[in-house]
Amino acid sequence: MQHPRIPDEKTVAALRKAHPAAFGPDPATRRRRALALALPAALFLWCLWDFDATPLRLWQGFGRLGEVLSFMLPPHVGFDLRELGEIARGLGETLSIAFLGTILGAMVALPLSFLGAGNINRLPLLRFGIRRGFDVIRSFETLILALIFIRAFGLGPLAGVLAIAVGEIGVLAKLYAEAIENISKKPVEGVTAAGGSRPQSIRFGVLPQVVPVLLSITLYNFESNVRSGTILGIVGAGGIGFLLSDRIKAFRWDEAWSIIILIIVMVFIVDWISGKLREHLIRGGADTKIE
Amino acid sequence: MSANAPPASLASFQRAFDLHRRRQRRQFWITALLLLAALALTAELANFFQVTQVTLPDGSRGERWLLGAGLPRLGDYVEKTIPQLGLSTLPQDLQHWFWRWQIWAELLLETVLIAFMATVLGVAGGFILSFPAARNLAPSGWVRWLTRRYLEIARTVPEIVFALIFVFCFGIGPLAGVMAIALHSTGSLGKLYSEANENIDMRPVEGVRAAGGTWFDQIRYGVVPQVLPNTLSYTLLRFEINVRSSSIIGYVGAGGLGEELRTAVSLQEYTDLSALFLIILATVFLIDWASEKLRHRIIGLEAI
Repeated sequence: MQHPRIPDEKTVAALRKAHPAAFGPDPATRRRRALALALPAALFLWCLWDFDATPLRLWQGFGRLGEVLSFMLPPHVGFDLRELGEIARGLGETLSIAFLGTILGAMVALPLSFLGAGNINRLPLLRFGIRRGFDVIRSFETLILALIFIRAFGLGPLAGVLAIAVGEIGVLAKLYAEAIENISKKPVEGVTAAGGSRPQSIRFGVLPQVVPVLLSITLYNFESNVRSGTILGIVGAGGIGFLLSDRIKAFRWDEAWSIIILIIVMVFIVDWISGKLREHLIRGGADTKIE
Repeated sequence: MSANAPPASLASFQRAFDLHRRRQRRQFWITALLLLAALALTAELANFFQVTQVTLPDGSRGERWLLGAGLPRLGDYVEKTIPQLGLSTLPQDLQHWFWRWQIWAELLLETVLIAFMATVLGVAGGFILSFPAARNLAPSGWVRWLTRRYLEIARTVPEIVFALIFVFCFGIGPLAGVMAIALHSTGSLGKLYSEANENIDMRPVEGVRAAGGTWFDQIRYGVVPQVLPNTLSYTLLRFEINVRSSSIIGYVGAGGLGEELRTAVSLQEYTDLSALFLIILATVFLIDWASEKLRHRIIGLEAI
């Protein structure tokens, strides 16, 4: 039964037709929403024009992309022994660059992170300065660092190792400092209450809490460095990237795709192993807490 | 049995404890040895201990460790990039330092616009693909499998490799850079968005389904309102990352400031390098700062 005060559907439809603006959000909200959509859309269209993205160019580009992609199948497997050795060495170099770079970066980042952590370093000014230092280091792109290191250490993987290590100092020190700041204060207070000195409270109160977390962060960054390690070779800093960019520049697409697939497989394997290790680390931490 | 001998339970505890300690110690040494072996192997592969020939101060040639030999050269290189600035001649010196500022300003704008376009395209692609990739929303198993593999490949291959390929397809210029960064962003944003989708409350979705909504209705009215704030926050973060990427992607000819970096390095225009670096640093800091402000506002709105 229809309530007398509620208009039936036909009346509502008629009202909606007569006063469309009365239904839905108020005019100010509508204007804001329209603006929030129109501004980026206008900028996007202007960019399309500025970058000369004409339909013809896009069409031709995608056509060529299709040609390039067609070389993916069947995959090229006919590498001779020398090429296979080169590729294996390239992949090994990439892994080595990532591993060594992460470890060297971690070794420098660890002491710095204690200086950047609010609950260890009680001097706000020093802490602020060190934290901004991390920010500046992080803003160096790995590729730019590699370009600079190549000038000093010559072409080869050593420049790549140093580029990753220096970039990693900023990233790891920041993440470590945040992990150290997130610990529970209770064990630290316990050590102090038992008469422990400040270094002892750090060794027995802070370190046991943070070590699994720090290791997990380091492993995660190692994974991401394996990915960055694959491109260092493009500028000549060692690793598989050199072979890849070489194949692409020579338009040997079938070989390039095979190398890309190998890189993807390597990254998946590294991610999988490192994921298992991280799981183990975090679970191991939980076990010790139960004991 | 004497009176002060430990009771049996304590002795068995002692034994178990010793065993536990021994096992832990063994595990520690095995891990340490493995790590050392890995370090030695990787150091060998990465030429860490490579020896190089250097000219000594007395003119003779000698063998030196590459790392030690390179450090002074690194110092020289960095020193050369520092421009000579005098207090009295500051305006001229600055003009000399930033002598290509008109071109750089243009390229800087291009860099930011590449990042913007790539973010818009990446967000569109990632957002659409995040629903079939989420465990709780995928319409069928194989659709999810296919979407996930696509996203994984898109984010595993670095932007600069995509850029190399797209420069061949679309020609030298910013369009290739946009495509490359957009493809990579699709991969990483799709993963982040799909994780956000997996953490939603399923009750609104079930409500829409119970009212007879199709899969698209369920996504539009059940999922999107829940994930939108998260999505916006990830998008802004991605924009920051994309500005960094687009500033170097020009190295392979895909538009933006990277091209100038490449010329500055290869023509040994040392002070240009520091000028370009300062420009990129300032832009990245500015964009990080603005986007953090915006993010806090979005999260603040959500809290109300």
